[in-house]
Amino acid sequence: MTAGDHLFRRESGRLVAALTRIFGIHNLALAEDVVQDAFCRALEVWRIRGMPENPSAWLMATAKNRALDVLRRERRARGFAPELGRLLESEWTLAPTVEELFGASAIKDDMLRMMFSCCQPRLPEASRVMLVLHILCGFSVDEVAGAFVSGHVAVEKRIARAKKVLAGSKRLFDTGAPADFSARLPAVQRALYLLFNEGYHGACAETAVRAELCREAMRLLALLIEHPLGATPASFALAALMCLDAARLPGRVGPSGDLVPLFEQDRTQWDRSLIAEGLEFLERSASGTELTEYHLEAAIASVHAHARRPQETDWATIVSLYDRLFAMRRSPIVALNRAIAVAQTEGPERGLAEIRAIADRDRLAAYPFYAAAQGEFELRRGRREVANEHFRTALRLARNPMERRFYERKILSARAGARRTVRARRGR
Amino acid sequence: MSEFTFLYRGRADTTGSPEQRQQHISKWAAWFKELGAGGHLKEIGHPLDPAGMVARGSRKIVTDGPFAEAKDIVGGFSVVEAENLAHALELAKGCPILEVEGSVEVRPIQTINM
Repeated sequence: MTAGDHLFRRESGRLVAALTRIFGIHNLALAEDVVQDAFCRALEVWRIRGMPENPSAWLMATAKNRALDVLRRERRARGFAPELGRLLESEWTLAPTVEELFGASAIKDDMLRMMFSCCQPRLPEASRVMLVLHILCGFSVDEVAGAFVSGHVAVEKRIARAKKVLAGSKRLFDTGAPADFSARLPAVQRALYLLFNEGYHGACAETAVRAELCREAMRLLALLIEHPLGATPASFALAALMCLDAARLPGRVGPSGDLVPLFEQDRTQWDRSLIAEGLEFLERSASGTELTEYHLEAAIASVHAHARRPQETDWATIVSLYDRLFAMRRSPIVALNRAIAVAQTEGPERGLAEIRAIADRDRLAAYPFYAAAQGEFELRRGRREVANEHFRTALRLARNPMERRFYERKILSARAGARRTVRARRGR
Repeated sequence: MSEFTFLYRGRADTTGSPEQRQQHISKWAAWFKELGAGGHLKEIGHPLDPAGMVARGSRKIVTDGPFAEAKDIVGGFSVVEAENLAHALELAKGCPILEVEGSVEVRPIQTINM
């Protein structure tokens, strides 16, 4: 047993998905109770007996037995999964049916069904992501709140509301119906994209939590791609994007736990095998005529991955990719990133001009990287005082101690530079 | 040396993060190891299933469950060797169940010295 092995986390999603399939979506709470009970028993037995050889199998057997108890006892009192109907009613078919539903491939299907069910259109996007994280990734309400830097009460309410909507639907999403599958697929991809981004760009201060969000998103996406209808060019592009971005994670935090910006990262720390995997996915994503935002974002990430040193970055290609991305998603954040790329080739003045040209840049007012980018450009133009103003704004907006330390260092170095300039002028 | 039964009371806490749960199990393993290394662990004992039935009285009435409150349910027991009750209690104070609002009941096993 190692600290990184999140047994309970992994099993929670699998078991809740399997039990919900058996009990029916309206009994989601019951499924969660049975899983909690299995975890409780596991702790009580393992603390004295030690961990068993195969803890996953142990947990599954316990949950399965509890499920059989519940099915036998409450068969008449409440209806279970309508699509399983009579199979659960007869003692002849009950045990074999439950046995089969706990098989490895059945559980994969169950998780996919749950993933699609969580992404139903009646739920706001943020709720879908939280629901996926809570139900399928086994994050407690507190952990979801931590990951989204949100209050416990707010997250609890949101998840409770979302679960109510989910439990109110007639049945679990039917992943066997191709038309429905394809119609819901973009929402599922989007939820996984947002989950990954929360880990990658999110506000949570803990590197470990953020890496875990990225890992969970990649794990669920792998499950989606295993399904023939889920293996679309957009899914491959999303997988490419995740691999290529995740490859840079080891370089993003310095030895003292400080944030390291892309241009200053030690690129030898980037995960080469993830990059190779990402490039392979990118290749596979080019099989159709479909071009999605994921394709463009993955292509941008691949340009960075190809540059062994920051100076070798093909900025012209990146700018043109951002142009196409902006045409698809007219977001001020895309425009800001584009401006940063433009400044790399055409200088800080052009970068600042591009930023000023962002139509709805007031929407960026609370975004620390907006102020930071302007500070960076001003610094490069030698206007240290103005740069410092921007960095102070960024510092005020910073979302966690790691970001704050980063901007504090920026302010210090800009100030030190300013003093040097003054002294040089006086000396002249 | 005398023998004592440690009764572990209180249901396991599953509200923590997966890491916390796994750490909790590791702490128990470490505690038992320490008891064993000191020559105090006579029998590691058994965990007890919270479900059960009770037969009661001359009319042999059978009811479900011990139906105690969660914090009072005996979840398992061990047999420990110690100098005396005070020493056994010192050993019990190291039990990780105390960190999760549980308790250890220490009971000397009765012997008759003749």
